[in-house]
Amino acid sequence: MIPAQFSYRRASTVDEALGLLAEHGEDAKLLAGGQSLLPLMKLRLAAPEVLVDLAAIDELRYVRLDGDEIAIGALSRHQDLNGDLVLAEHAPLLAHVAGFVGDLQIRHRGTIGGSLAHADSAADLPAAILASDGVLVVRGPSGERRIPAVEFFLGPFTTPLEPDELLTEIRVPRQTGLGWGFEKFTRRAIDWAIVGVAVVGRSVGLINMGGTPVRARATEEALASGASPAEAGALAAEDTSPVDEPHATAEYRRHLARVLTTRALTTAAA
Amino acid sequence: MRVTIQINGQPFSDEVEDRTLLVHFVRENAGLTGTNIGCDTTSCGACTVLLDGESVKSCTVLAAQADGHEVTTIEGMAGADGELHPLQRAFREQHGLQCGFCTPGMIMASASLLAHNPKPTRTEVREGLEGNLCRCTGYHNIVNAVMEASGQEVDR
Repeated sequence: MIPAQFSYRRASTVDEALGLLAEHGEDAKLLAGGQSLLPLMKLRLAAPEVLVDLAAIDELRYVRLDGDEIAIGALSRHQDLNGDLVLAEHAPLLAHVAGFVGDLQIRHRGTIGGSLAHADSAADLPAAILASDGVLVVRGPSGERRIPAVEFFLGPFTTPLEPDELLTEIRVPRQTGLGWGFEKFTRRAIDWAIVGVAVVGRSVGLINMGGTPVRARATEEALASGASPAEAGALAAEDTSPVDEPHATAEYRRHLARVLTTRALTTAAA
Repeated sequence: MRVTIQINGQPFSDEVEDRTLLVHFVRENAGLTGTNIGCDTTSCGACTVLLDGESVKSCTVLAAQADGHEVTTIEGMAGADGELHPLQRAFREQHGLQCGFCTPGMIMASASLLAHNPKPTRTEVREGLEGNLCRCTGYHNIVNAVMEASGQEVDR
């Protein structure tokens, strides 16, 4: 399988990327690690006329402690995040989750910015960033804007990013000392989660329990009122709308959400 | 566009369509057919090569993305005198293959794993090779081969 024809362009700075987006508008698509976009293009589910490769933009590859926040460059690869010592100390949930994306080969290419901008509710990092109260820093022709993760995932593969905008940075509050847990249930090791859950402190993000990653609000409220992991976990499927498929019914996914959330909360509380 | 990739230490330069996949460049433009195309959907790992020393699935990388970079394929593993790489030797010694289709990808993925973690546990080998499917061996002997290549006890 090969993608439909397109014109390949390489940007080496954020400004160059924004210039190419301004020039080509909706005909252009940004290429980070390509581990989601290229398979879609090979299946002809996506057919951009211009592909703007961001891989040479070294200025977007970093993890920094910035006051009470961690700043992550959008082009940081999953493998970079998995082994990052700053992240391991101050946002260990994210370092851990990055090590569960796809497989090693995919983690050598895929980036956190690419995963978030792709906005697949079955992906691991969007739910983890949602649970982490992350903020996404976006640059466009008129400057920079910051979008809280709770406002970023609008629907399946849908975000508020405009065609001329670029996700440059992800910021999360320091999670130093907070309990955390992550559970991911898959059929085979490299599959997307049938259901997954990311917990940090009293925040709970659910993977694949609807068209977007969602917070388990009923669980979070129960935790705030002193509920045990089992009591709070039992509420994890409230207000979710998981997809009903032959290999995993909606009811099965709700069951998984309750079980996995209880496990992750138990880990976080330990 | 013109793409130039250093493959196994040799520069290969060719005029290709922008949409050319790295695996097609390696097989058809460079003529190195040791890298196999299996599933073609980023699942099976048969097309694994090293890009700047790290394992990638070459069916899911554009040749354009590798332009100016270094690629190592299975043909680049043996020494110039034909002496097999320790991983190749261990796969043979431990019967880490039957049909052999997944083997080039398995060996390249293992090389990347060992470069990062020279003395992995058996569990770490299994996790490190999650992205490579073998339909013959049941993986047991593949894990044995990687353990042997890393100079560790092969604990069956």
